[in-house]
Amino acid sequence: MNGKEIIARRIAQEITPGSLVNLGIGLPTMVAHYVDKNDHVFFQSENGVIGIGGFPEGMENPSLTDAGGSFIGVLPGAAAFDSAFSFGLIRGGHLDMTILGGLQVDEKGHLANWIIPGKMVPGMGGAMDLVAGAKRVIVAMTHTAKGNAKVVESLAFPMTAERRVDLIVTEKAVIQPTEDGLLLKELGPGCTLDEVLDLTDATLIIPDNIPHMQI
Amino acid sequence: MKHPLSVTEAIALIPDGSTIMIGGFMGVGSPLSLIKELVRQGKKSLCVIANDTAQEGAAIGLLIDAHSVKKVIVSHIGTNPETQRQMIAKELEVELSPQGTLAERVRAGGYGLGGILTPTGVNTLAAEGKQLVEVDGESFLLERPLKADFALIKAQQSDYYGNLKYRLTAQNFNPLMAMAAKHVIVEVEEMLPVGCIPPDDVHTPGVLVDMIVKSEAKA
Repeated sequence: MNGKEIIARRIAQEITPGSLVNLGIGLPTMVAHYVDKNDHVFFQSENGVIGIGGFPEGMENPSLTDAGGSFIGVLPGAAAFDSAFSFGLIRGGHLDMTILGGLQVDEKGHLANWIIPGKMVPGMGGAMDLVAGAKRVIVAMTHTAKGNAKVVESLAFPMTAERRVDLIVTEKAVIQPTEDGLLLKELGPGCTLDEVLDLTDATLIIPDNIPHMQI
Repeated sequence: MKHPLSVTEAIALIPDGSTIMIGGFMGVGSPLSLIKELVRQGKKSLCVIANDTAQEGAAIGLLIDAHSVKKVIVSHIGTNPETQRQMIAKELEVELSPQGTLAERVRAGGYGLGGILTPTGVNTLAAEGKQLVEVDGESFLLERPLKADFALIKAQQSDYYGNLKYRLTAQNFNPLMAMAAKHVIVEVEEMLPVGCIPPDDVHTPGVLVDMIVKSEAKA
């Protein structure tokens, strides 16, 4: 199992039946593969649809894509709407969970994921609204990038929102930002505590017993 | 009754330097025939308000490639390296607005509001130069409304009054922009006789639409 699959499988366990969930572009999209169809989870895409499901192989509709521009399928019972309504869902407290990628998360639980000043300026797209507005924010990211830790003491890049994210899931660890700091909840499959500490540039709160992810 | 204009006639009405809103999300729901004609007629110094600049060689990206644009107000440019290149080379001014904020600014422009208060972006770079307003102990940013000289939008169907119906995720910013510009030009896939779109299915009432153009693009 590769790192991204570990992350996607672990996050899928956080999704409750019947909830409304927004998946970011890239790695977060993979989470949908591991959610039980019988849970009737409603996946939203911020370009204006609830009810994403399945892939329309050979039946792509040019007027039906996700926020990354990829063709999608929708399930019976889906709904389509404009961008103001879509962000009303997000900002208005109607979205149960958002799962998005990250460049860094710091000890306060602040996320950076939209700009590397002077290098890369992709823009925030819907990320600022999603982090500010969703009931629960889960960051899906690899533990390091090019050998550099992504869980850090303080952000090197501008933050996406003031709001503290609720959970960080990497292939090495599950970390819960709290008022007191970053709580290490679980270790990745086959990971040791020393390995996680070695790959993390932030102070972690370490409980006596840290289980491994059950995936 | 509004009889469809040719793409050439409609775009000829847009002066250089105009502020134009263009519907679409990564090209989905963008008026491709109108965009291509803007490029063909060599329009210059446009200010474009849109969700994004799509990709190089695609949809709004065509206007960027042709150097037709002096400023964009968008939510992201991550999918278009040419937009980033022109921004860094100072050939193009880029104003980034969070996507939900952008949608609400366009809506505010069309709905006659003086702005909107949003929690999005408080204490981030997106708050720079903006007024912070406290309401019942919570902080919000005052975001100003957006209006345009022209809105170029895309619909699936129009009748000869200009009543519009959009399709699935091709809706996105189009109905909001139809409210927020002095002149609204819609590109449609299909023209229908008046009465063929049931009242409950009309997303944008025809009174808002000034000109209709039949799409020359393949859907």
